[in-house]
Amino acid sequence: MIIGIPKETLLGENRVASAPTAVADLLKLGFEVQVQKGCGTKASFTDQEFIEAGVSVVTKKNVWQSDIIFKVNPPSIDEVESMKDGAKLISFIAPAQNADILTALKDKSITTLAMEMVPRMTRSQSMDALSSMANIAGYRAVIEATHHFGRFLTGQITAAGKMPPAKVMIIGAGVAGLAAIGTASSLGAIVRAFDTRPEVKEQIESMGAEFLELDYEEPEDTGSGDGYAKEMSKAFIDAEMALFAEQAKDVDIIITTAMIPGKPAPKLITTAMVESMKTGSIVVDLAAAGGGNCELTQAGKVVNANGVKIIGYTDLVSRLPNQSSQLYANNLVSLAKLLCKEKNGLFNIDFDDVVIRNMTVVKDNEITFPPPPIQVSAAPAKAKADTKQAVEVKQEQPMSSGKKHAFMAAGALLFAWVASVAPADFLSHFTVFVLACVIGYNVVWNVSHSLHTPLMSVTNAISGIIVVGAILQVGNSNPLIQVLAGVAILIATINIVGGFVVTKRMLKMFRK
Amino acid sequence: MEFSQGLISAAYILAALLFIFSLSGLSKQQTAETGNWYGIVGMSIALIATIADPRVDNVWIILVTMLIGAAIGLKLAKKVEMTQMPELVAILHSFVGLAAVLVGFNSYFEMDHSAMANITITASQQMATNIHLVEVFLGVFIGAVTFTGSIVAFAKLRGIINSAALMLPHRHKLNLAAGVISFILMVLFVQQGGGDNLLYLMALIAFVFGWHLVASIGGADMPVVVSMLNSYSGWAAAAAGFMLNNDLLIVTGALVGSSGAILSYIMCKAMNRSFISVIAGGFGTDVVIDTDTDYGDHVEINAEAVADMLNGAKSVIITPGYGMAVAQAQYPVYEMTQALKAKGIDVRFAIHPVAGRLPGHMNVLLAEAKVPYDIVLGMEEINEDFAETDVVLVIGANDTVNPAAAEDPTSPIAGMPVLEVWHAKNVVVFKRSMAAGYAGVQNPLFFKDNTQMLFGDAKDSVEEIFKAL
Repeated sequence: MIIGIPKETLLGENRVASAPTAVADLLKLGFEVQVQKGCGTKASFTDQEFIEAGVSVVTKKNVWQSDIIFKVNPPSIDEVESMKDGAKLISFIAPAQNADILTALKDKSITTLAMEMVPRMTRSQSMDALSSMANIAGYRAVIEATHHFGRFLTGQITAAGKMPPAKVMIIGAGVAGLAAIGTASSLGAIVRAFDTRPEVKEQIESMGAEFLELDYEEPEDTGSGDGYAKEMSKAFIDAEMALFAEQAKDVDIIITTAMIPGKPAPKLITTAMVESMKTGSIVVDLAAAGGGNCELTQAGKVVNANGVKIIGYTDLVSRLPNQSSQLYANNLVSLAKLLCKEKNGLFNIDFDDVVIRNMTVVKDNEITFPPPPIQVSAAPAKAKADTKQAVEVKQEQPMSSGKKHAFMAAGALLFAWVASVAPADFLSHFTVFVLACVIGYNVVWNVSHSLHTPLMSVTNAISGIIVVGAILQVGNSNPLIQVLAGVAILIATINIVGGFVVTKRMLKMFRK
Repeated sequence: MEFSQGLISAAYILAALLFIFSLSGLSKQQTAETGNWYGIVGMSIALIATIADPRVDNVWIILVTMLIGAAIGLKLAKKVEMTQMPELVAILHSFVGLAAVLVGFNSYFEMDHSAMANITITASQQMATNIHLVEVFLGVFIGAVTFTGSIVAFAKLRGIINSAALMLPHRHKLNLAAGVISFILMVLFVQQGGGDNLLYLMALIAFVFGWHLVASIGGADMPVVVSMLNSYSGWAAAAAGFMLNNDLLIVTGALVGSSGAILSYIMCKAMNRSFISVIAGGFGTDVVIDTDTDYGDHVEINAEAVADMLNGAKSVIITPGYGMAVAQAQYPVYEMTQALKAKGIDVRFAIHPVAGRLPGHMNVLLAEAKVPYDIVLGMEEINEDFAETDVVLVIGANDTVNPAAAEDPTSPIAGMPVLEVWHAKNVVVFKRSMAAGYAGVQNPLFFKDNTQMLFGDAKDSVEEIFKAL
């Protein structure tokens, strides 16, 4: 099948849904690829690079006639109209907001996978475009803030005077928040971060920021089970807002990343807080597209409120077009690998695969959004593993004791038979033998694991006791027996001495 | 100096007791060294008492032979590298096996001249002779199997012969045939009241049987094999004791035999293998090498990045495997451990029960490098801690950390308990290449998102990390 990569038409969009390196991977999966002329120009990919990667460069009309379309932004209704009936589309769709586009896709039987619907599972991380894009957005947010901030982020003591480091507060420690923490702290700023989920404290600290603790305990678990934060109670929000108000007076830069899927962004930074900030301070609102976390945010613009700049860019990712295209393209390649396991250039929309099921918003002429809920959080899986273990333990007990009884019975029968036919002399030896077996069994049973090798080597030395037999035979008058016994004595002695000395050497090495 | 029979018996009882103390001492770290001394003292008492037995002649020849043997044994034990320990133990087992064969033959030849010459024998004497013949037959059989089996194990561990499992067609039937033929020969042997050719033929079959038994077991299962051969050598000694009516041999042989069997059983349980199929030989050979599945991509990392990762970690677990032994990396590993501990990082070692080629192999190597044994933990002790661990370094281990055992019911190693390293935040796998482990199974661990691969010789890699720390 032919994959088409059209040029993005959204205003201000610099990205493209593939990259020259990524198309090579798609070709390997058995697909043909065609790209629209000039599609990668803004992302610094030339048409020539695409041609060298082995794909054809075609006109806009032709590219939309491909069997499969890879895109970044949701297509317009017109674009959907220009697609083939029964084609396939992979793109960000925002299915909850774009019901009309879903309908248009359904009418043309275009099976559609929405990139924002990748579930947050380990297996699907390589396809998670939201995360790969958020990482870029987080980085760029700090760069934009620094650009508008009239000071260094790092503290310096120079001959001309002392400059304190900037203080940065980051709200929301998702992928974007963590990336922002890392970038800001590597620029030398003092970074504090807040998140409603206490379990991310460790991640925040690992990136070099201080975790802002709240004096309020939410009664329930704050994770929603799908890997995103959920809405909080009124009391919690009040405590949180008090914290932000206090911090706003102190910090120079605030970066907010709080978003709840499918809901307008929560308002966390009030006008009063902005007013309390020092002149020259910066607020970067990564949630601007969803209404903004700051009351003064205007999407796509920089607002100057009494000397405090509020940056509401919605195209932060697009401001690093080359790498964001590259990463997005790689996400799409990973998805293509999942959809095309046979590497035969055909997509298999397998609804048994929870990742694919979750992403598919239109299948043939049916809208399959929203998908049935799935739980990806680690906690339930762990509990399951525990129960499994417990069951295993239960099973083991009766089995081993049953075996033991069977062995005992067999042993007793065997012994009874031997006793009935053998002479008394043999019987006494046999008794000794059996008792020694039991002792050996019990003595070794509780051996500590680290001592397996020394134990084996000492038993090996002891089994050299066979030398006793050889010594008793060496006195025989038959020269053949003498020689054989001599050899036996020699090698058994090697065994005895070697075994004990090696054991001693090994044990010497164990120390506390 | 010659001891009376009563004194000798007393000495034998004392020796047997000391051997029991020795084994029980060896099962705990604190008493292990004392245990070894009990063994040495017990052996000395037994030898002195035997040599002082009035029935023993040619004392000087015996003493000279033993001195030579002792010198060879001492030299072997002193110069052996700890990584070659498995080989040494294997070859020592073969000595016991060979000695048992020789003692068995001798016992048969002796009998030829005494009991068999006697024409008028009573029924009870006949019974005693029969039992004796069975004992000889079994003793030689077990000894022969131990002998060739140990030699093959030695050669496999040494790398002289290919360690992969030998896959003869109908190998189980061949083993069965060897057993059945040997049994028939034994019946004939007893009925005819002896017979040199029957004994030789059986010895030959047993030699081949022992060779085939171990040859058809893959190198990964060598720990169990070595322990199993240890058990066999014990049974061979016990059989010799029956032939010679010597209780000391019986007791000692039975001790060694049963303890070796239990040790093998413990190991089999750790590997989730059937004990019976190990004794029968050729286990673990029904492995399908699966290279078709696409597990995704692995991610490479370099030593500096690993050092950075370790510097940022709070807790680290090192999981060594046979690869560490091969690369002799235990010393640099401990140097690195000390450097990390000096930075306040919690470093521990996680040892899988069957890591390496000998039970407890890793413990011995780490002990050699002076790693304190209280930071070296077994699988059960540490498996739950991986989830709270920042970095796991997998040094030369593969099958023992394979998540397929826990997650993929169709995997050949399914159900084998493994170190669940993948629960840690980061896993770094030290490996020479992407080749599969001894079980021939691909390891999905390498393709997990939290796993990074550090390719190269384990020793060099660890040294580079140590420098970068």
